[in-house]
Amino acid sequence: MSDFKGSDVVSIRDLSKGRIEQVLALSEKMIPYARGEKSTKALDGRILANLFFEPSTRTRLSFESAMVRLGGRVIDVAYPAMTSVAKGETLADTIRMVESYSDVIVLRHPHEGAARLAAHFSTKPVINAGDGAGQHPTQTLLDLFTIRREKGKIEGMHIVMVGDLKYGRTAHSLAEALSLLGAELTFVAPQNLQMPRETVKEVERLGIKPKLASKIDDAIPQADVLYVTRIQRERFPDPSEYLKVAGSYRIDKNLLREAKKDLIVMHPLPRIDEIAPEVDNTPHARYFQQAFNGVPVRMAILLLVLGAEANEGF
Amino acid sequence: MKDFRVTPIRNGTVIDHIDCGMALKVLRIIGVTGENVRSTVSVLMHVPSKKAGWKDVVKVEDRELDPREVDKISLISPRATINIIRDFNVAEKYRVKLPEVVRGIVRCGNPNCITNLAEPVESEFIVESQNPSVLRCIYCDRILEDISEHII
Repeated sequence: MSDFKGSDVVSIRDLSKGRIEQVLALSEKMIPYARGEKSTKALDGRILANLFFEPSTRTRLSFESAMVRLGGRVIDVAYPAMTSVAKGETLADTIRMVESYSDVIVLRHPHEGAARLAAHFSTKPVINAGDGAGQHPTQTLLDLFTIRREKGKIEGMHIVMVGDLKYGRTAHSLAEALSLLGAELTFVAPQNLQMPRETVKEVERLGIKPKLASKIDDAIPQADVLYVTRIQRERFPDPSEYLKVAGSYRIDKNLLREAKKDLIVMHPLPRIDEIAPEVDNTPHARYFQQAFNGVPVRMAILLLVLGAEANEGF
Repeated sequence: MKDFRVTPIRNGTVIDHIDCGMALKVLRIIGVTGENVRSTVSVLMHVPSKKAGWKDVVKVEDRELDPREVDKISLISPRATINIIRDFNVAEKYRVKLPEVVRGIVRCGNPNCITNLAEPVESEFIVESQNPSVLRCIYCDRILEDISEHII
């Protein structure tokens, strides 16, 4: 029996290095199943409840795809506006009801801490699929998986994170997890959107000395991975200031001339215009591969929390 | 006690070594807000302290504090001491101590935290540091800034 069985996945901080490695190793084995080249009934008869109280495309579909590829079924709330939640039911009550209909709950909610609260009330495992501006641990795991799969390892890799590092949901937990796994880090952002001091301190506590920069050009030549996040228009009161700043962080072919040949460019998507479409056809682009990796990684997590990874000898 | 401008009390509680400037917040914590008070309350602000430069002191007659009130005081004044006076003698004396986990006595400062909605849960914080007090919400993971403004 796996010690993972029955665990919630609420925050990447809940996962030890050993558990992260366990997820990444099993994700690798899931690739042919995620592609449909092999099939399995490892989660036959199991039910996943997809509770999305906020819009999502990739996360929701990839959880659904992951569960179906493993032979399980998915129930969901398509329109939270039409449910009892809209009538004022507490999340705690919704969760106590849904857990009696399912074996595992995937939750996206607009309020921070919602997944922790759900885990508190549910006896079934709860997987956080994003809570407000808080945690999104399966995104972090699929980012780690993409780096490891593309580069062979994470330790010693130089990861340059660029864009909105202050408010970007994925940026903080990714930076912490990368430090735990021994990557070198450079944070490139305009001053008002730089990585929060709290996260920088946590990265340092984990033994990594990150570089902070405001210009992208200087960071490109050393990078093994360029992780791009979106700079949101609403962070700037002045629209012309936004255009100026966003433009100076735009990734295009010209900027990548100085890059290592095997640099990979990642993005959690959706992108707006922070990566020029001309980059899509270069050997650097990995963001669509990254989006696909959501399926094998979420398959691995579902198998582990349901204690079914040994069912078919994966 | 000769430096003090108030006399010793017969029965009650002396809250000593309050961080300078925090006495009025302590009064709010122990519910001294005006008409509801039935005994004498003395407040000394900015008095010399042998230990830490300056301090505030609050004396409440005929009243002892409950543990929740003591925990709340520890949040805003981690060096405070509680002296329980019975018949002019110090019957008990102890320093406030923050528990490792703080439940239900402060609310999360993040307005978007799920605990600030009508959910059936108490707020809960991990105490990351005692002095100064650093609290992290176990739900939304944020550090609580300006603790004294969020005491329930």
